[in-house]
Amino acid sequence: MKNPLESLPTTVVMGLVLTVAMVLLVRAIGS
Amino acid sequence: MEDLLIVIIRWLHVLSGVMWIGLLWYFNFVQIPSMPKIPDDQKPAIGKVIAPEALFWFRWSALSTVVFGLVLAMMNGYLVDALVLSNALIGLGMWLGLIMAFNVWFVIWPNQQKALGMVEVEADAKAKAARTAMLFSRTNTMLSIPMLFAMVAAQNMTL
Repeated sequence: MKNPLESLPTTVVMGLVLTVAMVLLVRAIGS
Repeated sequence: MEDLLIVIIRWLHVLSGVMWIGLLWYFNFVQIPSMPKIPDDQKPAIGKVIAPEALFWFRWSALSTVVFGLVLAMMNGYLVDALVLSNALIGLGMWLGLIMAFNVWFVIWPNQQKALGMVEVEADAKAKAARTAMLFSRTNTMLSIPMLFAMVAAQNMTL
């Protein structure tokens, strides 16, 4: 299976998803 | 006076960070996708001249970004709170930045030295090193997105 990081658009989308996950995490644990 | 020093350290942190992430994005958005389109006889211009120069500024700007960032956090009194994530947003940004800087110095740079022929290795090892460097560079591109959000948001909003 191809590594998703080989695709630049997929890399950017994963970065955006991680950003949303991080915001949800910070809201959950409090900043 | 201390306020001015903090502003100067923050300015140096941002200057270094712009150079680091700018070069990271140059590699990922420009150089890597362009390589297959460059004729073989012209590839040494990238591999022997441009990439080594870009990597020099890339790794040292990564280090200076981290050093000025840690000094800034210490001067502002939140270094420990951030590292133990009791100040979660800036802490996550710092940890992402630290992981990225580790990747630059201990994964990407040693593998790029092999891939660009600065360290002599066999053809198989050279190809493997180039792939490893590319994948970790992509990892850093992915991590740069939440890292920059955390850095900006920590200064400008309360989540």
